[in-house]
Amino acid sequence: MALTDDDVRRVAELVRIRLDETEVKPLGEELSRIFSWIEALREVDVAGVAPMTSVVEMQLRERDDAVTDGNCPDRILGNAPAAEDGHFVVPRVIE
Amino acid sequence: MSSDLARLGVAEAADGLAAGDCSAVELVEACIAAQEAARDLNVVVADTAERARAAAVHADQRRRRNEARPLEGIPVAVKDIFCTEGVATTACSRILDGFVPEYESTVSARLWEAGAILVGKTNMDEFAMGSSNETSRCGPVRNPWSPVDGPSLVPGGSSGGSAAVVAASAVPAALGTDTGGSIRQPASFCGVVGLKPTYGRCSRWGIIAFASSLDQAGPLTRSVADAALILEHIAGFDPRDSTSADLAVPDLHAALQGNVKGLRVGVPSEYRLDSLPSSISDLWEQGIVWFRDAGAELREVSLPHTRYALPAYYIVAPAEASANLARYDGVRFGARSMGTDPDELYTRTRRDGFGEEVRRRIMIGGYVLSEGYYDAYYLRAQQVRTRIAEDFRQAFQDVDVLLTPTTPSSAFPEGDKTDDPLAMYVNDIFTVPASLAGLPAISVPAGLDEAGLPLGLQLVGRAFDEVTLLQAATILEDAAGTFRPPTVAA
Repeated sequence: MALTDDDVRRVAELVRIRLDETEVKPLGEELSRIFSWIEALREVDVAGVAPMTSVVEMQLRERDDAVTDGNCPDRILGNAPAAEDGHFVVPRVIE
Repeated sequence: MSSDLARLGVAEAADGLAAGDCSAVELVEACIAAQEAARDLNVVVADTAERARAAAVHADQRRRRNEARPLEGIPVAVKDIFCTEGVATTACSRILDGFVPEYESTVSARLWEAGAILVGKTNMDEFAMGSSNETSRCGPVRNPWSPVDGPSLVPGGSSGGSAAVVAASAVPAALGTDTGGSIRQPASFCGVVGLKPTYGRCSRWGIIAFASSLDQAGPLTRSVADAALILEHIAGFDPRDSTSADLAVPDLHAALQGNVKGLRVGVPSEYRLDSLPSSISDLWEQGIVWFRDAGAELREVSLPHTRYALPAYYIVAPAEASANLARYDGVRFGARSMGTDPDELYTRTRRDGFGEEVRRRIMIGGYVLSEGYYDAYYLRAQQVRTRIAEDFRQAFQDVDVLLTPTTPSSAFPEGDKTDDPLAMYVNDIFTVPASLAGLPAISVPAGLDEAGLPLGLQLVGRAFDEVTLLQAATILEDAAGTFRPPTVAA
């Protein structure tokens, strides 16, 4: 399984990681090597096998739809790289 | 005197404190001094000395008032992946530079509520992605077993700092996390005990997420009894973790006295790799003999899908990681690389903030989850995972625990495998299957190879049967003895 240069660019865009054009080819080769190793999974007969969705058998719990936390904007903003007047600061979104 | 105190185990230190042989202040000072003396190992990434000293004074006061709690005054080091309120927590990633949590992880909070004291946040592979501690932005950890004049050996990973600090006798116990072997593999490389509990046994709340269906917290200690003691205090239901198991925690420490006559120990034939060094296969045979001598019944079992575990893991774990790590966007916490629009802010921040291995795994995850590939990769991997879990279920109809090597090699030199991701991934070949099935597993130091480096044997138990697992582990420990690095043994 070989990844094309376009595959690499597309995935980098999907996961929002900036990639220099010079990195595309070596990264594609490396990922292709990993994926050809992963190809071994094709040998397994999985017909009718349910995909694992819960690691240990358990009933999913429900809880009341009630607010149990909050009213702490200072603590929430405390680790922000930039904050102002109770808001996160980001680059301009709308011209 | 003081360095002797740092060499005490958890139970010994608790007894010493209770008997008045030492104070919490003395014990904490001894561990701080031992960590300082072991500075060249690079195990500690956040200094907690002042807090620890204050907590020790408080612990001694409680004891004088007869209000001592079960772990009152016991120093514990904590992997830098657990959020610790008011103490910098970065998962050894540049992208969390400057992050100081406003909350405490459930597991660490339970330790402090039981009286334990935080002494050292420990070095780790970035976001727990690695098997050698070399992906840490805080630099590599030196394994205390490294030859004095030889090359630096890796401690394993990702909980490399936690394993090394315990092996160096600079703290009685440390917390780690295990996603595909990150407690057990470094425990084996450093000659200490490493326990990964059943998935759901310990809360994941407040632990920086890597792969949510695999991550599990557990102790690294110098004895099986100490691992049991720490697990007893960190385990238990937590409504804030949706996959936390609502089950009572057994009295693990007391259970160790139980009888193991008639214990059925399985030996999976698929783990007998041709490439296994003879020192490891010999040790495995020795382990079988030890169990037989202790009155256990040995049985060959088959886990037919073993060879597919690693490839399945390298789909499932990166897929979950790519989703979990989407939160690092340079807006709400951590480091930021500015851009002229939000998209540039995200892509620059994530490029600058994540190291090479983390970027690689996010790319793998993004690819297998992307349109047109989901069924071929992610869905198929989760089906294979079901097959692997069925293998174990089948085996556990005939046996009570499984005995395997923990790792396919002993500790290797720094830089040996950093250019070849696949060679690095193979380190977890014996630990990943139990992770995928959510089963409890423990690595117990069992011997030394021809180079004098420690090797562990792994035991895997039934889901939520940590009692039998720990009982079996004591048989190994009693037969093998304990191991200290030559530099620490003196």
